[in-house]
Amino acid sequence: MSRALVLKRKPAKLAAAAAAGRVLPGRGAAAGPLALGEVDPPEGPTDAWVRLRPRLAGICGSDLATVDGRASRYFAPITSFPITLGHEVVGELDDGTRAVLVPVLHCGVRGIDPPCPSCAAGRTHHCERIAFGHLDPGLQSGFCRQTGGGWSTEMVAHPDQLVPVPDDMADEAAVLVEPTACAVHAARAIRAGSAGADGAVALVGAGTVGLTTLAALRHLDGGTGREVLVTAKHPEQRRLAEALGATRVVGPSELARAVRSTTASLVLSDDDATASAAQGQLTGGVPTVADCVGSDASLAQALRVVGPGGDVLVVGMPGTTTLDLTPLWHRETSLRGCYAYTRDDFATALDVVAAADLRRLLSATYPLARYEEAIAHAAEAGRRGAVKVAFDLRGEKHR
Amino acid sequence: MPRPGLVLDVDRSTPPILFHHGESFRLEKLPAGRSRVVYPAEPLPALRDVEGAIADALDHPLDSDPLAARLRPGMKLVIAFDDVSLPLPKMRRPDIRQRVIEAVLDRAAAAGVDDVRIIAALALHRRMTEDELRHAVGDRVYDAFAPDGRLYNHDAEDPDDLAFLGTTPHGEEVEINKAAAESDLLVYVNINIVSMDGGHKSTATGLASYRSIRHHHNPATMVHSRSFMDRHASELHHSNWRMGEVIRQAGVEVFQVETTLNNDTFGEKGPLSVLQKREWEWSTRDRMTFMGMQAGLKRMGPNARRRAFQSWEAPYGVTSVTAGAVDPVHERTLQHCFDQHLVSVEGQTDVLTMGLPYICPYNVDSIMNPILVMCLGLGYFFNMYRGRPLVREGGVLILSHPTPWDFHPVHHPSYIDFFEEVLADTTDPKVIAEKYETRYAEDEWYRHLYRTSHAYHGVHPFYMWYWGAHALDHLGSVIVVGGDTRAVRRLGFRPASTLQDALEMATDTVGPQPTVTHLHNPPIVMADVT
Ligand SMILES: [Zn+2]
Ligand SMILES: [Zn+2]
Repeated sequence: MSRALVLKRKPAKLAAAAAAGRVLPGRGAAAGPLALGEVDPPEGPTDAWVRLRPRLAGICGSDLATVDGRASRYFAPITSFPITLGHEVVGELDDGTRAVLVPVLHCGVRGIDPPCPSCAAGRTHHCERIAFGHLDPGLQSGFCRQTGGGWSTEMVAHPDQLVPVPDDMADEAAVLVEPTACAVHAARAIRAGSAGADGAVALVGAGTVGLTTLAALRHLDGGTGREVLVTAKHPEQRRLAEALGATRVVGPSELARAVRSTTASLVLSDDDATASAAQGQLTGGVPTVADCVGSDASLAQALRVVGPGGDVLVVGMPGTTTLDLTPLWHRETSLRGCYAYTRDDFATALDVVAAADLRRLLSATYPLARYEEAIAHAAEAGRRGAVKVAFDLRGEKHR
Repeated sequence: MPRPGLVLDVDRSTPPILFHHGESFRLEKLPAGRSRVVYPAEPLPALRDVEGAIADALDHPLDSDPLAARLRPGMKLVIAFDDVSLPLPKMRRPDIRQRVIEAVLDRAAAAGVDDVRIIAALALHRRMTEDELRHAVGDRVYDAFAPDGRLYNHDAEDPDDLAFLGTTPHGEEVEINKAAAESDLLVYVNINIVSMDGGHKSTATGLASYRSIRHHHNPATMVHSRSFMDRHASELHHSNWRMGEVIRQAGVEVFQVETTLNNDTFGEKGPLSVLQKREWEWSTRDRMTFMGMQAGLKRMGPNARRRAFQSWEAPYGVTSVTAGAVDPVHERTLQHCFDQHLVSVEGQTDVLTMGLPYICPYNVDSIMNPILVMCLGLGYFFNMYRGRPLVREGGVLILSHPTPWDFHPVHHPSYIDFFEEVLADTTDPKVIAEKYETRYAEDEWYRHLYRTSHAYHGVHPFYMWYWGAHALDHLGSVIVVGGDTRAVRRLGFRPASTLQDALEMATDTVGPQPTVTHLHNPPIVMADVT
């Protein structure tokens, strides 16, 4: 038997979770269908699959949305219940090798041959077969009934999904490799976008996504004088953003003013006398904005501070949002998603985690038994001075 | 006869001393046996016949023909006047500028001059509003000249109305208002509230462009100005005087009219008159008035308090009107200023305390933001000396002001960015100048707001900071009593909740039992420190 946090699809419980989650983020864990118990360990669909015993498993924004019942209907056909969440995993194979999980469940993992055109081109994160093959539907491990997930003492993985952890890297650093791979992917998109190799960039939000993106961008830039403005709500986020190389860290309400003055934009307003950057519309802006939050407010802000013809990269997972797209239309802004990673992004992520010492982003760990506290902590991380919260499975009896 | 200013040694029987504290006041007990208070003089007697004095000055100028003799038909006459930053608080109507301008216009009309422009010499300050212009020049002048564009605000960024006149031997570029530069006569109408104003600074700064002003409004000049109130020891003034020479050599004829006001800021009677008295002379009635005022202010919201104070108009009396050539006129004006303001003080102390009022030259009808708090304390009040500063080198300055993290979005847009961006990085004037000044000074948006709205120029917060450069250089530390702690720390200063705490904290810098001077200001007092 293994011990796991299991989320069942029970409509009434999910509705309760959604209601509780709306009142207080993270409360879905207590009110909802999440249950800790002894379960049969998952079995891989073929002999090629291996057993992975999670050592540390992070709590991600998408996990919280699922627990709280806030996840978009979009995910319904690519999730198979009941699931054990957890895709930010550093674990151990039967022979004692430590590995981080590359959770995308693409053609190679699903036994689909020949692979879809995206997988064939190496863009496994764009896989067009994520609900087919010899696996149940599931975008990633942690959202697929058959693979299990990191919030447990045991899951299965395809060898294609595993990247060995260097001996000198602690579990506490390795658990940040998956989120950092997303960030490397985003940083590559920034460098391929309007900002290019050295144009100004605004990063909206300084949670895990914002901070790792900052670290990855600085790593890939390799010491250019690129201007990187970061918005941070909380003092600890501010401190970390400065430490990770932000040119300037501002409060969310200060971003428009900072962008205006950095780019010498003018401001449009129907009342010239009171036109301040905080209220009016900027005529210019930074070439690229990475929205590392994904809320209505952050997306609207990103569209306000990006320059004409610029790029808004949506890095933080958005849900259903309401946005005025007039500026997007008028200024020919491109709005582009930024999902996941390739194996190559993982290789770079290992370097970034080590070089930028991203282990410091892991603020707290909890045993499975204290999952309600853990999830509440993760949901309020910024306000409580934390960044990443994870489960520590190393002390569980079933190991 | 009014009594001159004085230095009072504080002993056990000395009552608590009044500290201005923004839009309120504090009564503070200073340590007996090692403190002293520098009190301003009582108001000097005002001229009884101001019109007569103006006429006499215009008709019998120093080193010049009478004004009437310099006026002729067909000539271009420009009248420039000091802007809304003077005097503080504003004076009751009629403003002395109005009286002088009317007298000048009478003579111009009599001489058949019909090409007249009247310009507010505001340098890089915000443009004056119609109300403010009307207050300064009077309705009659305003209605006759403003509607067809002959009365207007100087625009230091107007490429079509600036004239480059040359360079001083020190390489300082002189560029001033073109209408003034091309006039046949420039009559400058001044108000000298402190000895810093007037002289060649009137034209060389008031009517100049950023290109010109940057040569003396910079950390190097400011740190070497000891003090701004002592023109002969002020590098800022030396630069203005050199520029004045370039202006003269370019053929610009200046007829300078300077005026001085007495110390009657709060009135002999009325609600604020108690502020002008010395605490040990307060009557029971004065105490009641003060307590009532404190209680009333406590009940008001911050906006109501601000409005109440900003609406105060001072009953100043005019003490002198002098006209003619710039140098002799200014020397006489300085004498009148010093007669009112100077108090002899012996030696320096470890600590200097001061209460900052609700107003400084750059927040008329506006908000005293943290940068202006710094400027008023370290730029203005600290510099109220001749000889040497009231506080010794390495000493401590203790300011009392609420220092709210609050900015007027129309008047001070670049201040907000300066506070959020520049001061978050560094408070060192030299680094600030090198790293940030050009970007702010040349920012198109600030330029637009300065020219078309009522915003201070983009570079203005830098000047406010440089203004305190000499004090920053001289002092060991600065403590602000009763201020918003986050704002105070952003300024690089230390917050204290009470004066006693501040004095205790000061001992870290100057040792135990420090000697203390309190500058009892306003009304204005200037120390002659030997
Ligand atoms: Zn994730
Ligand atoms: Zn595929």
